[in-house]
Amino acid sequence: MGETITFWVLAVVSVSAALGLVFSRKAVYCALMLGVVMFSLAVLYAVQDAPFLAAVQIIVYTGAVMMLFLFVLMLVGVDSSDSLVETIRGQRFWALVAGLAFAALVGLAIGNTIVGPAAGLAGATQAAGGNVPALAQLIFSRYVFAFEVASALLITAALGAMVLAHRERVRPKPTQKELARARFFSGYAPSLPGPGTYARNNAIDMPALLPDGSVSRLSVNRVIARHDVDDDHFPEDAKLADAIRQAVEEEGK
Amino acid sequence: MSPTLLAAAAPDGPSLADFGKDPLWISIIKALFIFVFLMLGVLFGVWTERKVISRMQHRYGPNRAGKFGLLQSVADGLKFGLKEDLTPNTVDRVLYTLAPIILVVPAFLAFSIVPFGPSVWLFGHQTPLQLTDLPVAVLFVLAMASIGVYGIVLAGWSSRSPYAILGGLRSSAQVVSYEIAMGLSFVGVFLFSGTLSTSEIVASQAHGGTVGLFGLDIPLPSWHVVLLLPSFLIYTITMLGETNRVPFDLPEGEGELVGGFMTEYSSSLKFALIMLAEYVNVFTVSALSITLFLGGWRAPWPISLWDGANVGWWPMLWFFIKMVLVFMFFIWVRASLPRIRYDQLMAFGWKVLIPLNLGWILLVATMRVLQVESNRVALVYTLAAIVLVGCIAVWFRFDTVLQRRREDREAQVEAEFAQLRDAPDAGGFPVPPLDLPHYHGAERKEVPSGSN
Repeated sequence: MGETITFWVLAVVSVSAALGLVFSRKAVYCALMLGVVMFSLAVLYAVQDAPFLAAVQIIVYTGAVMMLFLFVLMLVGVDSSDSLVETIRGQRFWALVAGLAFAALVGLAIGNTIVGPAAGLAGATQAAGGNVPALAQLIFSRYVFAFEVASALLITAALGAMVLAHRERVRPKPTQKELARARFFSGYAPSLPGPGTYARNNAIDMPALLPDGSVSRLSVNRVIARHDVDDDHFPEDAKLADAIRQAVEEEGK
Repeated sequence: MSPTLLAAAAPDGPSLADFGKDPLWISIIKALFIFVFLMLGVLFGVWTERKVISRMQHRYGPNRAGKFGLLQSVADGLKFGLKEDLTPNTVDRVLYTLAPIILVVPAFLAFSIVPFGPSVWLFGHQTPLQLTDLPVAVLFVLAMASIGVYGIVLAGWSSRSPYAILGGLRSSAQVVSYEIAMGLSFVGVFLFSGTLSTSEIVASQAHGGTVGLFGLDIPLPSWHVVLLLPSFLIYTITMLGETNRVPFDLPEGEGELVGGFMTEYSSSLKFALIMLAEYVNVFTVSALSITLFLGGWRAPWPISLWDGANVGWWPMLWFFIKMVLVFMFFIWVRASLPRIRYDQLMAFGWKVLIPLNLGWILLVATMRVLQVESNRVALVYTLAAIVLVGCIAVWFRFDTVLQRRREDREAQVEAEFAQLRDAPDAGGFPVPPLDLPHYHGAERKEVPSGSN
């Protein structure tokens, strides 16, 4: 009873989500609708006593694959349009052939389950001691070759993508130090120094030195400079003393 | 008495078969309890976090609303509810409203498989202190976490703001990568407990096995944290990454992204939902770490000597204490670590955590097979010794190489400095020499400005 209700509710949800996927104008909505279809499938699996398949459906398809779709959609921007030129010769014909072959395969599989007597899920999983161990036993004994082939295929695809996206680095990656040096050499001082930053004193009454060794006139404190001139109290360095005198003279004008 | 009889006399806790027998009203009571527990946990968790971080930084923290500022979070929550719900004009309204809900619902759902304690009598029914259990309970948590990311990503996308979309992008890549490392760190636990159900994983940590060595029976520790320490450490790191907590809180890095994915959720109930989901997720990963590695609701060693420690309602207290401690760890990390850079985060996840995890799983699986199937103890220990010696050798090798590299770098820097000091005009930086009089040499404490 509960299974029937779930099925009909999910049938409405997933079919309308699938229609939404086809007819939606926004790419992100399409991706979300596909996510809803995948999630409905997971719930159906759970209702059909296949908890492992349900969890993996959500983790792998809804969680990882769809998330990557969304990631790419956001990264490339939704407005970019696809090129509609077919690059593979005879693509439509072979797609049709593959589609028909897949339909035949699905038809045969369903027919096979309808014609023969049902063994029952309990009978299939009881011997191994539950749903998860039964799956593990099948995957790692009878279907281990298919399993490994599938993983090899996936790794090949991932490697292919990496090779296509790979770019050989011609020169070593610049370090932070090298970048800083390049910035200084470009002649543009990144920021104005605070008083005393490049000076030999860390006191505020000493003018700062710019990266090229000259005195930063911006860093001379006018009030202190005036006192220095009044009291005749100058730094020993003639360059700094000049800067202080100059600042007071400019202020007096 | 044979071991099976012993086990029958004193079961280590509920197993999968004990679930699905509750009447509906008991399930509703349990669900309500979990909801109230999490809501109160968030209210006082936020207060605890602010208070503890304040004390660590020599501040008082919230101390105005209620005694010790205990009602601060309640006041904040009320304010969230009463403020105007601003919706920016350009957002995608459907997804903007839906995103916080997608974020918060899975966060609560994931807590339904957390075991709080053993079976107790509740209004005349014997029932385990756990809402439900599945044959794939741990995977269920992962599944819920991966649905929850949709909330973050959609919140970022629907806000139509560069900060928000960058936060959403960062989050999707980060959570997917750290989920892989997290899933791999569970494998060792599954191998040792032989099940994916949380109640049975707790039961499997009741008694450590024994290992016969030279005629001696050496008891193995019962909590997985001891036997599977690398798995636990990796899980601890990934749980910070999975919940977007410091030092991995890049999706909301306020330094560069204002508020990340939640920038446009100004100050309404939607923002409250996002905060709620974040803290519930923290509680979920904490509870999962306790269940998988820290013995679940079982009492720690000195208490477990008492016969009544693991019976009845007491285990809930142990569970709660453990959870508080794990949450304190979260706070401690937040108070002491800076945020790492995004490329460092990704490199760490993919190039360190996952390969380490795979190697460790290979090791654990080999050991487990040898131990279970052939029980050839000598072979197990030989292999363990070889691996250990190999690890030490690799470490020494790396250590010497690193030391040499460090010395080379120091020499290079020193040579560069000498060259620059000689020719300040030819591109050298006019850095004051370290032995200037007012520094009093590099050895002495620096004299504060004004005193020279």
